[in-house]
Amino acid sequence: MSRSLHIIRAGPGLTVQDQGRPGRLDQGISRGGAADMLALAEGAALLGQSPDCAAIEMAGMGGVFEAGEVPLRIALTGAPMQATAEGEPLAWNASHLLHPGQRLSIGAARRGVYGYLHLGGGIATTPVLGSRAAHLTAGLGATLQDGANLPIGPDKGETGMALDIPDRFSGGTVRIVPSVQTERFAAEDLARFEATGFSRDPRSNRMGVRLTHDGDTFAASDQLYVLSEVIVPGDIQITGAGPFVLLGECQTTGGYPRIATVLPCDLPLVAQAAPGAPLWFRFVSRDHGLALHRTAISDLAKLPQRVRPLLRNPADIRDLLAYQLIGGVITGNEE
Amino acid sequence: MASPPSKTAFPVIRDVGLTGVLVSFADRLSEAANRAALAFRATVEAEGWDGVEETATSLTSVFLRFDPLALAHEDLTTRLAALLRQQDWFAAPLPAGRCHRRIPLVLGGAQGPQFDEAVQVAGIDANVARAAIAAARVRVLTIGFAPGQPYMGELDKTWDIPRMTALNPRVPEGALVVAIRQLIIFSRAGPTGWRHIGQTAFRCFRPAAAQPFALNPGDEVSFRLVDGEELDAIRAADKTGDGGAVCGAAE
Repeated sequence: MSRSLHIIRAGPGLTVQDQGRPGRLDQGISRGGAADMLALAEGAALLGQSPDCAAIEMAGMGGVFEAGEVPLRIALTGAPMQATAEGEPLAWNASHLLHPGQRLSIGAARRGVYGYLHLGGGIATTPVLGSRAAHLTAGLGATLQDGANLPIGPDKGETGMALDIPDRFSGGTVRIVPSVQTERFAAEDLARFEATGFSRDPRSNRMGVRLTHDGDTFAASDQLYVLSEVIVPGDIQITGAGPFVLLGECQTTGGYPRIATVLPCDLPLVAQAAPGAPLWFRFVSRDHGLALHRTAISDLAKLPQRVRPLLRNPADIRDLLAYQLIGGVITGNEE
Repeated sequence: MASPPSKTAFPVIRDVGLTGVLVSFADRLSEAANRAALAFRATVEAEGWDGVEETATSLTSVFLRFDPLALAHEDLTTRLAALLRQQDWFAAPLPAGRCHRRIPLVLGGAQGPQFDEAVQVAGIDANVARAAIAAARVRVLTIGFAPGQPYMGELDKTWDIPRMTALNPRVPEGALVVAIRQLIIFSRAGPTGWRHIGQTAFRCFRPAAAQPFALNPGDEVSFRLVDGEELDAIRAADKTGDGGAVCGAAE
């Protein structure tokens, strides 16, 4: 029997994502991949599988899903969304078992932007240029539509596990370091940049987060003479339309000056800040930034050890006998 | 803090965030700086330093993405500075094995709706401009912005026309656009601030092909002017994405 996930109804921003295509800048392809790479790693930890596994990224809202002929292990991470299986609420940042015929409904994000639906065994579509990730800017892959059927890879393991995740879905302070054109900005403008509160403009996407702010605009000296130069995710471009924080699916070169670059460990905070969530930027020294980066990499490696059994509050369970609905173990011999 | 860029001594090594370093040979495009960047990148690649995860060239720079936990920033910049001192990079030869492609092009008319405007901005006669594009042999200076998309140049100084202030909302794949003495063949449909002067059937990016990227930095391109009817016939018969381009070794 084939392992598959049927998409009954797809929200407008559903794509298959993995860790993207690093190493292709010289061919004009940015890395792309999950907008919140940490959420991808959290889902892999919950399911006890490789972070290379592809998942469904859900921008703003989810959809309605059904397991094909065999039960599927799932995990939910990233921006918390309302999720139910056959009407029973499902815990976020947790793993569950989805039986054939059961409907998984995922609603709008309560906080944050990008939610993730992970599948035990990962999504098994055919990789293109080494990745399954849709890269809409490059014309690779497409958004998922109603009626799609996704093949799922072989799987075994348990469900009913949870992770305790600090909130990165409500904005906050983002640490930045200088970038190529930082010195083209006046010292008082750099200070004002740090003192300004920013908010995500709704016209943001997987390429970049457009920021709105009160007060004067920011501009570099000699702005019109900046030669098109390599850009990387995390770069903060100053355009006539305001600052943009570039995300994984950005173009690979750009002619706008960059005031700073966000530390890789703080990029999920920017990607996940919904309109209205305040963002502040703070310069840190290279050494401090490196220490923060080191801690983040070490925390990432420890994620699997932090997975704990999901404790359910009996008051949340309408029908205790239906508990099996979302618990269970896949042995890998179901098919 | 904001020092005029003209006072910067090149080549210069600068940081791109925590995990990137940029080695720039100029802050204005020149043939020699582009050649220096291509040669320097090839040498850095050949060094194969542990901790360097990726390299790429832009018009006049070499970008390195590195793992700062595996290779200390200071260690990397020291090595790069030593390499820079090793030779006169502006005198380095172009990469070996470069191709020259002669690509069929419809210039102006409905398939190049901004040709007349571009000629006007450049302040030259349309027939002279036509002859200039037909005779031009440009080099792929870098690949970037979109998959396999070439920035080509340099055209002579008459073509030093600025980008438009308003965006051209959508040019098709294969569109030839011009600004600041450079030409681009669009690798996929999209918006641009450059003027759309012509159309090719050349596909820069062929995702399903064994070799998905048609052009490399250093390759040369010239154009064979055709009419719309011929281009349609070429496109209809084309199975490779070459769009009727004839390929040979670059001089």
